[in-house]
Amino acid sequence: MSDTQTFLDTLKARSSNYTAEPTWIAARRQAGTARFEALGFPTRRDEEWKYTDVRSIAQGNFAIADNAEFSPATAAALTLPIDAYRLTFVDGVFSSALSDLDSLPSSVQVLPLSKALAENHEAVGGPLGRLTGVDFSPFAALNTAFMEEGAVVRIAPGTVVEKPILLQFLSRAGQPMMCHPRVLVEAGGRSEATLIEHYTGESEATNFTNVVGELMLDRGAILAHYKLQEAPLGDLHVASIHVEQGRDTRYTSYNLSLGGALVRNDLISDLNGQGAETNFLGLFFGQGRQHVDNHTKVNHNAPLTFSNENYKGILDDRAHGVFNGKVYVKRDSQKIEGFQSNQNLLLSDRAHIDAKPELEIYADDVKCSHGTTTGQLDEEAIYALRTRGIDEATARGLLTLAFAGEVLDKVTLDAIAERVELAVAGKLPERFNLAGLVEAAVSLND
Amino acid sequence: MLQVKDLHVTVEGNEILKGLTLTINAGEVHAIMGPNGAGKSTLSAVIAGKDGYEVTQGTVTFEGKDVLEMEIEERAQAGLLLGFQYPVEIPGVKNIYLLKSALNAQRVARGEGEMPAPEFMKLVKEKLGYMKMDASFLQRAVNEGFSGGEKKRNEILQMLVLQPKLAMLDEIDSGLDIDAMKVVADGVNSLRAEDRAILLVTHYQRLLDYIVPDQVHVLVDGRIVKTGDAELAKQLEANGYEGIEESVA
Repeated sequence: MSDTQTFLDTLKARSSNYTAEPTWIAARRQAGTARFEALGFPTRRDEEWKYTDVRSIAQGNFAIADNAEFSPATAAALTLPIDAYRLTFVDGVFSSALSDLDSLPSSVQVLPLSKALAENHEAVGGPLGRLTGVDFSPFAALNTAFMEEGAVVRIAPGTVVEKPILLQFLSRAGQPMMCHPRVLVEAGGRSEATLIEHYTGESEATNFTNVVGELMLDRGAILAHYKLQEAPLGDLHVASIHVEQGRDTRYTSYNLSLGGALVRNDLISDLNGQGAETNFLGLFFGQGRQHVDNHTKVNHNAPLTFSNENYKGILDDRAHGVFNGKVYVKRDSQKIEGFQSNQNLLLSDRAHIDAKPELEIYADDVKCSHGTTTGQLDEEAIYALRTRGIDEATARGLLTLAFAGEVLDKVTLDAIAERVELAVAGKLPERFNLAGLVEAAVSLND
Repeated sequence: MLQVKDLHVTVEGNEILKGLTLTINAGEVHAIMGPNGAGKSTLSAVIAGKDGYEVTQGTVTFEGKDVLEMEIEERAQAGLLLGFQYPVEIPGVKNIYLLKSALNAQRVARGEGEMPAPEFMKLVKEKLGYMKMDASFLQRAVNEGFSGGEKKRNEILQMLVLQPKLAMLDEIDSGLDIDAMKVVADGVNSLRAEDRAILLVTHYQRLLDYIVPDQVHVLVDGRIVKTGDAELAKQLEANGYEGIEESVA
């Protein structure tokens, strides 16, 4: 039996759940199924998957969860200590008990996809699948075939959402499960919001998460999008995120990848209106035999658009990282600026990175640059720190964090910065970003 | 406080120190002078614990403890601190962070507990004033983009905050103009105390006009060939090392 067939059989067994759904959903599901059946799982012969072997997914046998029981105490230990509107999914299943939308303003809609689909909500009919179609990848097709749950966020024009909107995906230990969440975000004109996707779970979990995100920013909208991926080290994680940006929009992605045995992120921004700006900040950390693959693409489809990308990779042990960043400038998209930087730090001789920056430019009046570097910790600096009384492990942690600094300093949500610090550098004697202290120091001048 | 006995050190197979003996007591300021290649920097590097130096014979003890058996950070925690001739740039690590984590690492190792933030800031502010440094230094990455003089001042600032028992300063005067040298010398002089010792390694007598040592040692070819008081440095300035080398030979 082929790998594809296992998944198709699981889908078939699931089909009784889908009998009552509207025809437009059924049609998309069928399209997803057909596309997945035709494509099969990607192999390393595919250029887009040259460095990433997905056999651990293809050869797995994952069930679909039907309930979302999770002890509140366990959930509380995993959750980000942050004041946010919260939707929680356990193995992909929506948990109302672990969600909290108290005092959500009426100009903001946050609801589980299952509810939106059941209500045939106008927020899903048009947008769903428009940015990430079934042709994007076998995983996007698979997600469409299995589409049941996820989150729908709709922000009315002019709304400033004060608290972050947190979507947390918890992974349980036990029988291997899979889920295919879909996240739809429509940010109305001149709205401002912070969206956090947080993936975490019980350390023994071995589940497969295959998420698709479609984010639409209408004229003048500002969206900060955190993706904190702290999945258990046995989890498999594939994410395809597609952003569509209208005129004068600003999108900032904080792609923080810490967990997972196999991780593949695809992040694509379409800059379709003049004045649109996209910022891709990435930090990926791998240890043990983790495999972390980030593919990013910025499409400058309109003149006067701006992109800024900074990805930092830190790899220890036998971890393998992949960075593939593409900046594309459409014909006659003049006066654009596109900057891309990828720096990698190898903490062990056996860690490995494949980095491939690409520029594809079809306009003549543009400012673009890209570069990638890979290095190791500076032993002289470690010695210098130790001569001040700082132990070696801490010195290494400090320098590793310092490497991540350019990206980490931009993470303004403390709860998230702390998690990253801890994962990357271990427990340090001080918070690395001594923000308060630095302010105090500056005030000394007065 | 510090006792170095018959110290032999080789670097990549070449013997650099050939039986160096030196005793420094609390409250004293010692200067080691000597021509290039005599082994001046080797001595402080071995005491600080730098890699690549092989001790083939002899002992180094600090307050009765075997320094050569201690980890690098343990030496600092015990109160032995080296000021570098060429301070290392540490991009991304702010000065304030280095000072705070180093001070607290040393305090915790000594069982004193961390210093509360307000007290720490007060201490740092006072010491910055001493070194005529602006508070904006604290936010800058350690030595990154610093001028030569700024780097040296930063080394002394660390000494003032960390308050070692024995401060070893390796060619702290190199690359300094006269004004910067005065600031650095004032900083070093403020460290002088009954319970503290200072070891200056220098090529030129000039520094010793500002920091007057109790003892001056002349290091030639891996051995201390002559010891005297501050007057000895002045003689060296007048006659050079050649006279000393000849008298030894």
